[in-house]
Amino acid sequence: MTELERKQDRAPIPSGWEYASAPESREIVELRERYGHFVGGEWLEPKETYTTIDPASEEPLAEVGQATEEEVHLAVSAAREAFENGWSNLPGSERAKYLFRIARILQERSREFAVLESLNGGKPIRESRDVDVPLAAAHFFYYAGWADKLEYAFPNRRPQPLGVAGQVIPWNFPLLMLAWKIAPALAAGNTVVLKPAETTPLSALLFCDVLRQAELPQGVVNIVTGDGRAGAALVKSEVDKIAFTGSTEVGKAIQRELAGTGKKLTLELGGKAANVIFDDAALDQAIEGIINGIYFNQGHVCCAGSRLLVQESIYEPVVSKLKRRLQTLRVGDPLDKNTDVGAINSRQQLDKIQELVRSGEEEGAEVYQPPCRLPERGYWFAPTVFTNVAQSYRIAQEEIFGPVLSVLTFRTPDEAVEKANNTPYGLSAGVWTEKGSRILSMAQKLRAGVIWANTYNRFDPASPFGGYKESGFGREGGLHGLEPYLRFE
Amino acid sequence: MSRLPVRKTYKLFIGGEFPRSESGRTYEAEGQNVARASRKDVRDAVRAARGAFGKWSAMTAYNRGQVLYRIAEMMEARRAEFADLCSGPAEVERSIDRVVWYAGWADKLAQVLGSSNPVAGPYFNFTVPEPTGVVGILAPPAPALAGLVSRVGPAIVGGNAVVVVASEPHPLAAVELAEVLATADVPGGVVNILTGRSEELAPVLAGHMDVNALDVSGADGQVPELERLAAENVKRVVLGAPDDQSPWEIAAFLELKTVWHPIGV
Repeated sequence: MTELERKQDRAPIPSGWEYASAPESREIVELRERYGHFVGGEWLEPKETYTTIDPASEEPLAEVGQATEEEVHLAVSAAREAFENGWSNLPGSERAKYLFRIARILQERSREFAVLESLNGGKPIRESRDVDVPLAAAHFFYYAGWADKLEYAFPNRRPQPLGVAGQVIPWNFPLLMLAWKIAPALAAGNTVVLKPAETTPLSALLFCDVLRQAELPQGVVNIVTGDGRAGAALVKSEVDKIAFTGSTEVGKAIQRELAGTGKKLTLELGGKAANVIFDDAALDQAIEGIINGIYFNQGHVCCAGSRLLVQESIYEPVVSKLKRRLQTLRVGDPLDKNTDVGAINSRQQLDKIQELVRSGEEEGAEVYQPPCRLPERGYWFAPTVFTNVAQSYRIAQEEIFGPVLSVLTFRTPDEAVEKANNTPYGLSAGVWTEKGSRILSMAQKLRAGVIWANTYNRFDPASPFGGYKESGFGREGGLHGLEPYLRFE
Repeated sequence: MSRLPVRKTYKLFIGGEFPRSESGRTYEAEGQNVARASRKDVRDAVRAARGAFGKWSAMTAYNRGQVLYRIAEMMEARRAEFADLCSGPAEVERSIDRVVWYAGWADKLAQVLGSSNPVAGPYFNFTVPEPTGVVGILAPPAPALAGLVSRVGPAIVGGNAVVVVASEPHPLAAVELAEVLATADVPGGVVNILTGRSEELAPVLAGHMDVNALDVSGADGQVPELERLAAENVKRVVLGAPDDQSPWEIAAFLELKTVWHPIGV
């Protein structure tokens, strides 16, 4: 560090800086008191319901259905009928136009979706507005164009749709994961039954209104809501394919359940990504990348850069800059446009984060949290950094899925590779260095499906995403993301 | 006076060497005593494969292609021996030609299966295929040689290291192939071949936590149970063609890696 940088780093952060709150109005969202399941283009009155809440206030938002096996079966039958009676015979160019319509409507109603996504999920409006919703629309737009070009994507292979796809998605990016699942499935000519996560069903239910506006044929997309029991019922139902994004534990259970059935399966599971910072990295950019890597979406990101590997020679400046940057993160109201870190998605997830953080302290790691006032109601966790972390600690091994960073060090590139790869996961990794040949060498040696070099947490519909090892199999996004929804004659 | 022929001892092939089964067991197949591998032999073979994976996968594709071509050369020299151990010369020729065909794929995979991705932002983004790691292969019971080659060829050309459970009723072609591999510049441990009872060995391979993919193309009746065991570490389960060739057979043993880098000045 230069003398100037040292001075800047020591200068106190002005404590008197108060931001005027800038809340996004929630009036744009009109919620119904009660939602059913969306089956065959109509609302099916649910037999059982539960209350979905705003995790930032614990206020109830709506009653939604807890799908029974019978209701799941009705949805699958509706999807089957839609597949056989029309959708599979529709020319690709017509399917494409429906998908283009959906993309456009999502763009038109983007603010409504952004506010709802933040209300029901706790994520900062800045993220739902600038990342989740635009990317969801982009995903439909991208796959729309593939619908009538499949034979160019897979020359000489005569691609055919599979039939009905059952899709189970997580709560961290509810609308975006819906788009990742539904867009390629429809482009390939399948019909779908999708189950959103238990805690975040509302954007998927609002999406049903987009389908109505797009005049998508009835039964092509069906949405059933509920907890893991509804997901398990969908996995066991008469679908031709299961696509799951969620925990490795549930993914393994699904793989076991489907053993011997011949159903196609793709899994996008957990991660414990290493973000590797070399001593020649552009430090200030790297700090932003580390922050974005782990505190983006409260760390509720399967590809989060949760293990920071810092080259020993720059350990001190990195940690001091990191702690300083942490103090400027604004934690609070997800609907406030100034907010960087929103609410933890659920009580259950908060418990899990707290439990793992306790284990980190007990095992001997040193914890740092910036001074910040957390709201009294709702689920909150301050951005956290652990130093003095050994590879064997639970916080260095297990996926926390929260705003918690574990810092480890290395001396040589080989050691960095070994430590980065020392995990059963293999979803993503980050590398920060100004040396081009080192980037390419690290990118080759890191065993993960997505490598971000001098950047982190970038997503795009044209870019394949998915894991190595226990992070799952199959890819979503890009040309490669079509293959899981096709069979070849 | 006729000369008494010198017989061969049929052993396992692990890490480039030819050990007997650590269990000391054999079984009789095709009129010979053949090593009957144990659970521990499976674990030793997986360790050898893991050890070889780094070097094999880091070799240039051109180099791997040449090694596969060398396998074909060595097989060609043993055509008569192979013909006695399978359905005959036609199967041997088909098998050798298949190895040559796969050899040529090594340095074309990335171009056929990879992509450059036009993302909406100032980033260079590309996707390349990479080997999945250690692959367990249950060789088809028949055809003895072509079945083996059809499953091992696509797995190793992409850079994987394999542990093969040979055809239980027809293991001799596999042992013969091991002798070819030992003299064909294939680094020790890239291909490991176990003979023995499939029912005993397959579940060990399927449940092994350091095996990344399981090829059940030759599994007989056990598939649901093997798939359940494979889920323990999210193995890729591959059901391929027992006697055919295609680049998609290779792709089944590959991962796709996507790399992002900002574009700027």
